[in-house]
Amino acid sequence: MSEQPKTIDTADSSPPPLRQVESKLTVVLRELRKAPLSAKFGLLVIVTYVFVALFAPWIAPYGEAEIVGNQFEEWSDEFLLGTDNLGRDMLTRIIFGARNTVGIAFLTTLLAFLLGGICGLLAAAIGGWTDQILSRIVDVLMAIPVLIFAMLLLTIFGQSVVNMVLIIGVLDSTRVFRITRAVSVNVVVMDFIESARLRGEGLGWITIREILPNIMPPLAAEFGLRFCFVFLTISALSFLGLGIQPPTADWGSMVRDTADLITFDDYTPLIPAMAIALLTIGVNFVVDWFLHKSSGLKDEH
Amino acid sequence: MNDIVRMLIQRISLGLLTLFVVSLIIFFSVSLLPGDAAQAMLGQSATEDTVNALRKQMGLDQPLHTRYFSWLGGILQGDFGVSIGNKREISELIGGRFANTLFLALYAAFIAVPLALVLGILAALYRNTWYDRSVNVVTLSSISTPEFFVAYILMLFVSVKWGFFPSLANVTLDTPILERMYRTFLPALTLTLVVVAHMMRMTRAAIINLLASPYIEMAALKGMTRRRIITHHALPNAWAPIINVIVLNLAYLIVGVVVVEVVFVYPGLGQLLVDSVSRRDLPVVQACCLIFAATYILLNLIADILSILTNPRLLHPK
Amino acid sequence: MSTNSNEPLLQITNLQIEGFSDERWHQIVKGVDVTLRRGEVLGLIGESGAGKSTIGIAAMGFAKPGCRIHGGSILFDGIELTTASEEQKRQLRGSRIAYVAQSAAASFNPAHTLIDQFSETVVEHGINSREHAYKDAKELYKKIRMPSPDDIGFRYPHQVSGGQLQRAMTAMALSCRPDLIIFDEPTTALDVTTQIEVLMTIRDIVEQFNTAAIYITHDLAVVAQMADHIKVLRYGETVEDADTRTMLSTPKEDYTKSLWAVRSFAKETAAPAPEAKPIMRVESVTASYSRSMSPVLIDVDFEIHRGHTTAVVGESGSGKSTTARVITGLLAPQKGAVYFDGDALPPSYRNRTKDQLRQTQMIYQMADTAVNPRHKIRDIVGRPLSFYLDMHGEEKEKRLRELMEMIEMDPDLFLDRLPSELSGGQKQRICIAKALAADPAFIICDEVTSALDQLVAEGILRLLDRLQQEFNLAYMFITHDLATVSAIADEVIVMLEGKIVEQGPKTEIFSPPHHEYTELLLSSVPEMDPDWMDRVIAEREEKGGMIAAGN
Repeated sequence: MSEQPKTIDTADSSPPPLRQVESKLTVVLRELRKAPLSAKFGLLVIVTYVFVALFAPWIAPYGEAEIVGNQFEEWSDEFLLGTDNLGRDMLTRIIFGARNTVGIAFLTTLLAFLLGGICGLLAAAIGGWTDQILSRIVDVLMAIPVLIFAMLLLTIFGQSVVNMVLIIGVLDSTRVFRITRAVSVNVVVMDFIESARLRGEGLGWITIREILPNIMPPLAAEFGLRFCFVFLTISALSFLGLGIQPPTADWGSMVRDTADLITFDDYTPLIPAMAIALLTIGVNFVVDWFLHKSSGLKDEH
Repeated sequence: MNDIVRMLIQRISLGLLTLFVVSLIIFFSVSLLPGDAAQAMLGQSATEDTVNALRKQMGLDQPLHTRYFSWLGGILQGDFGVSIGNKREISELIGGRFANTLFLALYAAFIAVPLALVLGILAALYRNTWYDRSVNVVTLSSISTPEFFVAYILMLFVSVKWGFFPSLANVTLDTPILERMYRTFLPALTLTLVVVAHMMRMTRAAIINLLASPYIEMAALKGMTRRRIITHHALPNAWAPIINVIVLNLAYLIVGVVVVEVVFVYPGLGQLLVDSVSRRDLPVVQACCLIFAATYILLNLIADILSILTNPRLLHPK
Repeated sequence: MSTNSNEPLLQITNLQIEGFSDERWHQIVKGVDVTLRRGEVLGLIGESGAGKSTIGIAAMGFAKPGCRIHGGSILFDGIELTTASEEQKRQLRGSRIAYVAQSAAASFNPAHTLIDQFSETVVEHGINSREHAYKDAKELYKKIRMPSPDDIGFRYPHQVSGGQLQRAMTAMALSCRPDLIIFDEPTTALDVTTQIEVLMTIRDIVEQFNTAAIYITHDLAVVAQMADHIKVLRYGETVEDADTRTMLSTPKEDYTKSLWAVRSFAKETAAPAPEAKPIMRVESVTASYSRSMSPVLIDVDFEIHRGHTTAVVGESGSGKSTTARVITGLLAPQKGAVYFDGDALPPSYRNRTKDQLRQTQMIYQMADTAVNPRHKIRDIVGRPLSFYLDMHGEEKEKRLRELMEMIEMDPDLFLDRLPSELSGGQKQRICIAKALAADPAFIICDEVTSALDQLVAEGILRLLDRLQQEFNLAYMFITHDLATVSAIADEVIVMLEGKIVEQGPKTEIFSPPHHEYTELLLSSVPEMDPDWMDRVIAEREEKGGMIAAGN
């Protein structure tokens, strides 16, 4: 019975379907249409924020640090959201805050990702002592809560935006290191990595061509979550008066500046706080949806 | 039991080592500063004499390692040194405030832990129902919210508008416990709201993960009742993840407390830390950081130890 | 309870089950009928995706998460399970229908002892007291020849070996003396010498207690030993249904015939006479994973010649994969050396030249993890071409197409696909093309067919055989499957606990006298003959003690 058909693989159970001839755009649009309400809401929020941040000078009615009225003016046609403790227009400050607060948090996250991502990837790919040393350093750094550590370092180096970006970027890179290393290690144990090593490929090819494409989805999700965390940390620092300094418009410090109004039954301090919350909620909704979609690991996190 | 004892000793010594290294970092990061800490703190306008005086006070004229060991030795005996700002003993500044902070964190934990566990387990058991989905959206939003936002909303409504609880949590050492609980209710509630969401989500994930185990399916195929599956098959294996969730969130509370204390002007360690950072009172900042970090490390260590002690595989070694 | 033994115990008619994936419901089981009388054993066989496990578990009125029973009837001893209440079904499960899972290690609760999990079913169903259940458990453990039957029950699952766990699970299924037991691939994860013991246990129990059983497996030879009837499934439909002997001797359907035919493949042409100089020589290699650990390879010494296939056989932990790691340079030996074409290779792959690396290629068991899921086929197969042979542009494209033709896959159709768009067999072919692209002299095949369904595996073996003749390749074929060995090997090396126990030409190894372990290994491989197991049991009992010595 040796006259078996040659292409016996056609008998292979349920061959997977051919890739549909669709452009990436149609796929994305279809996915978007199917997205849950929360994710659509999140995307809308993000798009709005980015738009406001980019076009702040054109949208805002006044200049960023311009004193245009009296202290704590009521909401009016002239000052839609009133004025702050120095008589600057709240709405204007909120609009510029989108640029400053979000921009600074984004930069910081980017820094954390470059640093933590590269180290994590290398630790996983090289393994051995490199991995041990990097991992132990990170363990120790992570034993101190970020906010507390940041406050110590800000005391030492002095409070400035650059210092803050560097400090939080470095501290947060430990978290990025952890996750990058963890997902990379899962890839590194795969046979195709061993196969690439045995082929004689160098570290560059292995990390960039073999590992990186496989860890992009979890890293993208992590970027969203990290951004939220960084954004909240920076806002908290600013709120405590240790972060972004005046006259730069920033939501955290705006809450601090107008906080006293709360006791007079005034909503004003809630507005910048709301601006912060809304963005993180939006990003989280989108990340949550993305995790559902990309991994099928619905119930992790 | 040998294995377990060995692992416990390993974890505890690792914890102590971490603590030691952290103390090194906290102490020596000061010397990362280019130039002189005293000069940097006082600014360029300070006279040579005042800078020298501060140098002496901070012990900067002595070699680094001597300074470290006398600092650490002092701390181990409860002596944190002297504040630069008001020249008072730091241990005096810290004592009552640390107790206040612990009180607030525990207060919040007592509300948050049972609430989060019950809600989280329910969400896991009634997965993909409308209850679960709305819980997901609500907790996700609540995780994303800065503490001060929650705090001010509570303050505005519960305190200013409805007048139920005081908006400022001023307590002193001799405030009686019930009065203290009343005055600190809003900060405790804020912390609870912030931490419950986290804890719930983690509990839910841990339970769902557990319920997907083949041995749970096996129990169902053996005809066990749902109740028995939960109490007899899931629960004995659930302790480790649940304890982990609780302790990690307590550690999170310790950090969240900083912002909440400032909002409600609560005389705790967080408030002291923030004030000292703005004044660049380094010895106080170092002391506060060490205490926060030590608490955090200790809690993580407890989580580790408890999860070893509740792991059936480790409890019954080969 | 019906006692009429002519009434079927289980009557499944037109069963339809759907599974949820890609956001819609798909039919997994499309109208299958099953009839089972008391004391009968039905074998459900089929390749992966045939729906056999789904049907088996549905006989308990149970649908796996993400599945639902959509139509048809499941009548168990007069009770309609599709409409029965949850409570009714719960009372049946464990007490009257029991289940034995594929992985006992995962299916025993780590928090309780074996005997507690045994007696739980008895006590919770209100059948008997805990004391009685304990006594019964010990007797059953004795009956199935578990070592120290009085004590083993008080161990926790992780304290007991895999084969013993699987037998303990069979005993547990029997705790309430059910009318029906579902065996869901109970030996798939085990080594052959362990498998035969579990099979004996299962058959003993089924015969002694006259329990009806559904035995689910993809292994024909196993099902031939266990079942009175065989039902062949494919894509959720019945292909053929007959009693075991009829099915084995005169299958009707083409698909069944092709399944039966699989094992008949054998290398047709004899290997050329060995050249004087071996292409690969492993010289008294001793290796361990760390200095403090005892060696995993001890004085391993063999050679492989051009155009020859050397099969390395052994069970898990025998050191066969470690040997491959030493040859490829992933693990440096403590003693001994590896020679390629007469020249010593540097111990670590890091110190080997590009050409040395090129000459030895490896094909892995799991094609899924052996190719980067984010690379297109073009890049997977093309990389060795540009990396080793400096081929680019049109030259590379031409070679790529040649390689695809060689592995019998249409280049126009497949070159631009991602691995996820291929079937398991196709992926393995791509791995072969990737190895061939380097133009090697020696290829290590590490269990290359064991993750594949038999028909597909057959195709892969044929392809490898053809390529060997075309390019005079030397293969080192690592496998635990003796059927594969007899099909494709020229020389055989038998390994046990890091040592070579026997080596030589296939004909020599496969004919007596054997080394004791080779004998055990060979005699443990199930054959398609339904009487095979009885024969083995008889033989072993004659020799005495061999079964007890197994664990």
